[in-house]
Parts: sequence; structure tokens; C-alpha cells
Amino acid sequence: MAKKITDHVTWVGKVDWELKSFHGNELSTHRGSSYNSYLVRGSEKTVLIDTVWQPFDLEFVTRLKQEIDLNEIDAVIMNHNEVDHSGALPELMREIPNTPIYCTKKGEAIIRGHYHPENWNFVNVKTGNTLSLGDTTLTFVEAPMLHWPDTMFTYFSGDGGILFSNDGFGQHYATESLYNDCVDTAELYYEAEKYYANILAPFSAMAVKKINEILAMNLPLTLICPSHGVIWKENPAQIVTQYLTWAQNYQINQVTIVYDTMWNSTRKMAEAIADGIRSERPEFTVKLMNAAKDDKNDITTEVFHSKAVLIGSPTINNGYSYAIAGILEMLCGMKLKQKKAAAFGSYGWSGDAPKLMTEHLAKGGFEIVNEGYRSLWVPDSDELERARQYGCEFAKAL
Amino acid sequence: MKKYVCDVCGWEYDPAKGDPDNGIAPGTAFEDLPEDYVCPVCGVEKDQFSEA
Repeated sequence: MAKKITDHVTWVGKVDWELKSFHGNELSTHRGSSYNSYLVRGSEKTVLIDTVWQPFDLEFVTRLKQEIDLNEIDAVIMNHNEVDHSGALPELMREIPNTPIYCTKKGEAIIRGHYHPENWNFVNVKTGNTLSLGDTTLTFVEAPMLHWPDTMFTYFSGDGGILFSNDGFGQHYATESLYNDCVDTAELYYEAEKYYANILAPFSAMAVKKINEILAMNLPLTLICPSHGVIWKENPAQIVTQYLTWAQNYQINQVTIVYDTMWNSTRKMAEAIADGIRSERPEFTVKLMNAAKDDKNDITTEVFHSKAVLIGSPTINNGYSYAIAGILEMLCGMKLKQKKAAAFGSYGWSGDAPKLMTEHLAKGGFEIVNEGYRSLWVPDSDELERARQYGCEFAKAL
Repeated sequence: MKKYVCDVCGWEYDPAKGDPDNGIAPGTAFEDLPEDYVCPVCGVEKDQFSEA
């Protein structure tokens, strides 16, 4: 059902409580998500900002018709054209084929590449371009690689100022409540951070620049309306400030130990190393996560805000484990900076894993603390004490 | 003249080729690209490029 937000703006999106994974299986979404679409009615023109994911296209268009005669929509604004936002465009454009679609030049290329339309009416916009709705105005701000080349934000001058930020400031968080002050704050911030860590972290440099550019415009702002999750209504600036923090090598006093284990030797090493870190630096939180059992995106989120990460794997077939290979690939793709790291693991003969994991971490931009640590076969109490000492030494380097 | 790579998407600017689709003639050094030049693939600005 449509939900009225302000005098001019109505939410016409879809809450997807059932969504448990996103981007195929790349991103877990434990708390579901929403695809937020907004109808903005000015005194002379009405526009639709973004649509919803393709599986909900018919439902979306059907409900939209209950809210408005589609022929009264003067333009569709597409801030970003990944399928979760543009998926209902074909169904919508079947009804109103001549309605102009406002998007960036890259946006048009991406829509064409996805849906291969023959005669949709595109209007390419750049930063500073505007669209008058009569009593109010939309202003477009390009935001390339936040997080795709086509991304832009749309600022609405009415109702005290509203930023339609698409994926920026979003969260995969299903809620019927709409606003940030109507949900559990801890849940909301976990999901917002997980979203940032897993989707936006590689683009932190652009995030800082774009946020500062928008802040310098000194625009009034009463709401931030992202394309996923809650609308930031109570103190909307809080998430902007939080983004600036996250985007500038955010770290707390935490070490995350991510390991895999076959016969528990590497797990025992992980626990001994954790004990060493705790005894040396009691002010640090130490978390152990089994890469084969814990959710990969919860792991990346924990690493995102850690000062350091230790990766552990037994040596198998002269390499490291399947689960560790996957998590290393994800961690390196995040392009984290100022993050310390090292590797460890048990072995029976070749013992290559720590060296190979260290090389992978170095390639991913992690600051390597030392050459790593390995234990032959099953560690006895003396060996576990040495692993504990290794943990102490590692902690001293933080 | 040196080649430059976009740190974000990996596209390479080769001054010998320029970027004719975006009005940059072959033989234009990276340093001589206009200030508002953006990566033709992903759209980020010049400060996101580094020497190849």
C-alpha cells in the first residue's frame, strides 16, 4: 500500500520481508529489504523516482494505479539502474511508453543494456540540471561509483528539502514503519554498516568527496529517502556524519580472527592466539569466526570495523581452504586501508597456506604484521603456548 | 608520456590513443586532460587515476 510521507511525497515501493540474499548470493539479507519508490507531486508536474525489483513489477504497477492515473506521471526519475530499482520499468513503460525517463548518460546505457528498449524517451541529466514541478524543483547530482557508474542523487526543494539518495544511506532492512526513529536503533545501524561495508566500502574516496560536495551546497534537509530500508527522518544528518566516519578508515579496538579448520588444529590455534591478544591488549574485543560456518557478510562487516584481522587455514593440497579463499576474495575487494593482518594455520607436510594467505592479503592492501604462524599436526600444550605468545606479539604491533 | 590507470575500474588512459570519443585527441598527456575529465568507463574524476 502507498504511504504518504509529506504533502508532496508518497512512498509507493515494496517491502520484501522474504529476501534472504541479494546480488545472487553475494550478500546475505537476514532482515529482508525494501525497494523504495517515491511519487512526488508538484503543483504542475508529478514524477516517479525509481521503481522496484523485477519479480514485483506487476504488483508494483497495479498498486501504483490505485494511487494515481499513470498518465498523470510526467516523468520517471531513475537514480540508479540496477535491476532492484529498474526492474519494473518495462512493465511501467508498457503503460506509459512516451513518458520521459530522466537519468545520467551512463544510466541510459545501462537501461538499454538491460532491457533493450526501442523507443523509450530518455532525458540525460548532469549535476546541477533541474526539473521544475511548478511550486517545487528537483535538482540532480551525479554520483558516479556510489556505487555504479550511473548513480545520481535527486534533491527535492519542497517540504523542507528531501534528498533521494538511492543506495546511498540505504539498508537491507524490511520494516513496515518507514522511519529511522520507529525501528530498533541497534538493528538499523548494524544493517546500515553491513550495507556500507559490503557495497560501498570500495568507493569510500568518492563517498567522502560527494558528501562534502553536497554539504557545501548548504541545502536544507528534513528527510533522506534511500532506495532500501528506512527513511532518515529523525536527525537525518546522523547517517551523513556516520558515512563520513565509515568512509575514512573507520576502526574500533577489535581483532577479528577468521579461520577454517578440518580436524580442529587450526581452531585450537585460533583460540590460543585470541587468548594471547586478550591478555596483551585487554581493551580489545577479539572475535573468532569460522569462515565455513559464519555468514560471509557478517564476517566482512566485522573485519570492516576491526583494527586487524588474522586469517587461519589448514594447508590442503598445497593451498588453503575453499571457505578461506572465498572470504579472502571478498575482503580484498573491499579495498580497506590501514588494516593490519597476518595468517596462520596447521599443516601436516607442505604447510604452504600461511604464506599464500599472506600474499593474498598483501595484494589486497592489508598491512602485513609478520610472516605468519604455523603448527605441525595437532598442537600440544607447549605448541598452544607458542601460539598464545604469537597472539601477544601480534597484539603488540597494533 | 605515461599511461594512467583508473584505480576504481581498471581502465587505462594511454596518451598515444587519447580518448577521441570524449574529445581528447591522441597525443594528449594525462596531465593536460581538462580538470573535469572523467573516466569514460566508470565516471570517476582524475584524482582517482594513478600511474600505470
